Amino acid sequence: MQMLTAGIDIGSLSTEAVLLSDHKIVSYSILATGADSRRAAEKALNEALGFAGAAPEDVRFTVSTGYGRTNVPFADLQVTEITCHARGALYTFPDTRTIIDIGGQDSKVIRLDEAGSVIDFAMNDKCAAGTGRFLEVMARALEVDVDELPELAVGASRAAAVSNVCTVFAESEIVSLIGQGVPRPEIALGILESVAERVVSMVKRVGLVPKVTMSGGVAKNKGVVQALERRLGMEIRVPDEPQIVGALGAALIAESRWRKATYL
Amino acid sequence: MIKAFEVFDTMRTANAGRLKEAREQGKKFVGTYCTFCPEELIIAAGAAPFGLCGTKEDPIASAEQVLPRNLCPLIKSSYGFAATGTCPYFQASDLIIGETTCDGKKKMFEVMNDLKPVHVMQLPHDPEAAASLDLWKSELNRLKDRLEEVFQTEITEDKLRAAMRLKNRETTAKRRVHDLNQRVPAVISGIQVLTVTWMSGFALNKEEIIEALEAYVDEALVKADEGLAFGDQNTPRILVTGVPVGLGSEKVLRLVEDNGGAVVGLENCTGYKTLRLMTDPDAADPMEALARKYLGIPCSCMSPNKGRMELLSDMITDFTVDGVIDLTWQACHTYNIESYTVAELVKQKHNLPFLQLETDYSQSDVQTLNVRIAAFMEMIQK
Repeated sequence: MQMLTAGIDIGSLSTEAVLLSDHKIVSYSILATGADSRRAAEKALNEALGFAGAAPEDVRFTVSTGYGRTNVPFADLQVTEITCHARGALYTFPDTRTIIDIGGQDSKVIRLDEAGSVIDFAMNDKCAAGTGRFLEVMARALEVDVDELPELAVGASRAAAVSNVCTVFAESEIVSLIGQGVPRPEIALGILESVAERVVSMVKRVGLVPKVTMSGGVAKNKGVVQALERRLGMEIRVPDEPQIVGALGAALIAESRWRKATYL
Repeated sequence: MIKAFEVFDTMRTANAGRLKEAREQGKKFVGTYCTFCPEELIIAAGAAPFGLCGTKEDPIASAEQVLPRNLCPLIKSSYGFAATGTCPYFQASDLIIGETTCDGKKKMFEVMNDLKPVHVMQLPHDPEAAASLDLWKSELNRLKDRLEEVFQTEITEDKLRAAMRLKNRETTAKRRVHDLNQRVPAVISGIQVLTVTWMSGFALNKEEIIEALEAYVDEALVKADEGLAFGDQNTPRILVTGVPVGLGSEKVLRLVEDNGGAVVGLENCTGYKTLRLMTDPDAADPMEALARKYLGIPCSCMSPNKGRMELLSDMITDFTVDGVIDLTWQACHTYNIESYTVAELVKQKHNLPFLQLETDYSQSDVQTLNVRIAAFMEMIQK
């Protein structure tokens, strides 16, 4: 019998589960959230349990996070994604002081003090600009996959000006740029720069303190990471699997809670 | 449970029912939209003031037929209640008084004037300039003339001094309600403080409301000594500052308290902002004493607005605050910009967590607000 703790991050686009044993990641799963976030949470946990060869009763404590965190009946505790991303990022890079997380429908910047406690954060407002969704919509307008955007942008001599205020307006902007015959690489670069510009203003709001760690699905997009690095003038570290940082943090909090409760 | 609370909980509807009868008996009413309105003059004219400031979402859609969508919800709500005829207090008012606090309000009052005469006072915005005091004094005199004309009465010095005494007593009674939560743990929820003080604005009679406020505080103090508390020693104590809040627009307060916090302080004009300002009823020139009092309101429409920073600093200490939330209504430029200065004060001088929230009266962003507020509570509790 294993002694596991679980973290489940139910995001707008994807749901992740991480299983932890003795402070080490045993397994994880990532799947699309879809229309039923409660089922997505169950499925993600079951998938992770399957990878670990473990049973549901092996899980001693479960923490849920993300926008669907309140809709997970088997969770022992709900913690916001701000706190979970901080814990998850510190696990991989303990000297992290600034976290940039770009997820499906929101982006956030989190400031940590020397002790790793959250001391400030900023989140984007009721708007998809500067998020994964923004990238998706813009890539679709250019008829490429999101992952292909950075490659397409290579070789662009300059970035086309793309508004960073509203996804709907930006999309029609892309369409008109295409109509004007602006080279696609320039538009692709413009899209990446637009996301970076939006996020950097948020970073400046909470104050840039090195070192910077990036999490969330968009951290896999090298084009966005490089655009951010250029604008911030410093290196950004990305964990091997940036999408599970929130769930990992949740599992770590679950572990501390369970240890505290059982005096282990 | 504080028994004396009930009267406040039902005050708005109960008094709406009494309005007609009171008017038939010859009682006169004046509708006001802001704490800059010198109520003492209204009382001295023999009328009763009440606050009409819109705090509900209901009439906003109607208001948007006339006013721009991208406008402060408080202004839209205030106008909407008046235009749709759904506010019995607006209907019952013999006169409406507005002030040129912000651009949105002063232009809205021009439009509202078509519905009912609005007496607009020209508010100067530098609280310390000598010229401001001169202008404001002359505006108080202009209001005095208007009130005397509308109500066919003379505002004598004796009546004015008596009104100043009465208003001072009301201010003290309201402040005592807020000061209950200087205790650790807090005695009552922030929602209850808001309900008691906001509902007081619908009183038809100042003596009546002062009595009710005093009975409430006296009972709360006894119960607090017997152990009545909101939260415990570890409950995060939040100071909410920024824009006015009333019932209907209290969503941020509710989210704080639903997430395990206690709103122990309200530094806004519907809260503590005006409650340290009193007048000397025996002053040689009572009109000047009044002018000085109202110019001292540290609203973000004032520039510079040092008074707000002093008040915030005092409240952070007096109410043993753990974190400050600065609330801004959409399109309220003065509070939105001043948030930068407030953030500096809270973070640098007091070394406390700070969160600014910009929202409107709708429920559409409750989930995103909830994440921010829940994370803020986690930040405080570590």
